[in-house]
Amino acid sequence: MALTREQLAQRVAQEMQDGYYVNLGIGIPTLVANYVPDGMEVMLQSENGLLGMGPFPTEAELDADMINAGKQTVTAATGASIFSSAESFAMIRGGHVDLTVLGAFEVDVQGNIASYMIPGKLIKGMGGAMDLVAGADNIIVTMTHASKHGDSKLLTKCTLPLTGAGCIKKIVTDLAFIEIKDEKFHLIERAPGVSVKEILEKTAGEMVVPKDVPEMQF
Amino acid sequence: MSGFNKVVDSYAQALAGLENGMTVLAGGFGLCGIPENLIQEIKNKGTKELTFVSNNCGVDGFGLGVLLEDRQIKKMVSSYVGENKLFEEQLLAGDLEVELTPQGTLAEKMRAGGAGIPAFYTATGYGTPVGEGKEVKEFNGRKYIMEESITGDFAIVKAWKADTYGNLIYRHTAQNFNPMAATAGKITVVEVEEIVEPGELDPAHIHTPGIYVDRVILGTFEKRIEQRTVRTA
Repeated sequence: MALTREQLAQRVAQEMQDGYYVNLGIGIPTLVANYVPDGMEVMLQSENGLLGMGPFPTEAELDADMINAGKQTVTAATGASIFSSAESFAMIRGGHVDLTVLGAFEVDVQGNIASYMIPGKLIKGMGGAMDLVAGADNIIVTMTHASKHGDSKLLTKCTLPLTGAGCIKKIVTDLAFIEIKDEKFHLIERAPGVSVKEILEKTAGEMVVPKDVPEMQF
Repeated sequence: MSGFNKVVDSYAQALAGLENGMTVLAGGFGLCGIPENLIQEIKNKGTKELTFVSNNCGVDGFGLGVLLEDRQIKKMVSSYVGENKLFEEQLLAGDLEVELTPQGTLAEKMRAGGAGIPAFYTATGYGTPVGEGKEVKEFNGRKYIMEESITGDFAIVKAWKADTYGNLIYRHTAQNFNPMAATAGKITVVEVEEIVEPGELDPAHIHTPGIYVDRVILGTFEKRIEQRTVRTA
């Protein structure tokens, strides 16, 4: 069975380590915050200028001056800091964020990512995504393996305009955990009950498959 | 006005000298920390052909979105736009120009502009549409593009507290782009929730020193929320 959004987030959360500063993008990446392993301390960075994002506020705590990068009202966690956008992107660009999780439309074997623009549709902008992919060393892309029409999102070469070039090394899809090395996809794990055959059928770019591909553990 | 006293009494005075065709830098992220009354005053003034450098363009009926109603904006330099129908219409009709700029690059362009640095190199946008036509330089085996800094004829800024000398403190995440905008305007105008006497703000807690600030005005704010998300207690 393909992973649900929640399971996908859960698998990504297993990549976190104690003491990590983590930036989570909008959509599935946001859900990762719900699965921080027990006993682990992780601090969430929100690129509008907050390090240490807490939960949504109660009605009583609601404050228009306290939002996250998705423009949602939030609270500050204990030990948080607040700063300007220039400072925030100095952290990101300077490689100080330990893990970045974001969504994508396409990823290719060279580690290129396309996530912000579909020509012919209204272009809203890249927000902070280009800075995040250029600045982070440890990035996980989360997305469905194929589009609703069955088209693979793991390609030999991205067809859409890029958000970043050669910057992606790890992908978690609803079917598999994949790493990118030497201009090839490498199948690391498969979703429980999903066959290697199905994964290969839905992967357009070249994929290296080891003899034994373990199932993800939850 | 005398000495270091930057306080003005009216929004008309606050924006005196703003003319058609000027470039205006605006603080704010989404609707958070936007200079909402200064924007409204630009609407009232009817200044046109303006270029705005701002992370977003407000929403229909609030923030910079109100300046679309009478087509006062010629160009937006932003990282994320299109939360408003009017914006989409004017963009598709070719009445509005947009220069999409990555958020961190946008912040740094203003920071550098205010700091007297004409350009800088960043990996952000290399190999993407943003990097097209820009100088590429390699440092330690990695490729970077040259981005030019930005300054404005005016900067419009929202802060929480100011003293009469124009020293500023921002509140929570309403800080965002405001400190960079404040440094990069030829004339920097700040609207605040409270004005105090010099000496009342702790000098070590000032976010923006008064040297960057030309005019300060006291305002009242709606502070509209874009995405109201709450949990049950």
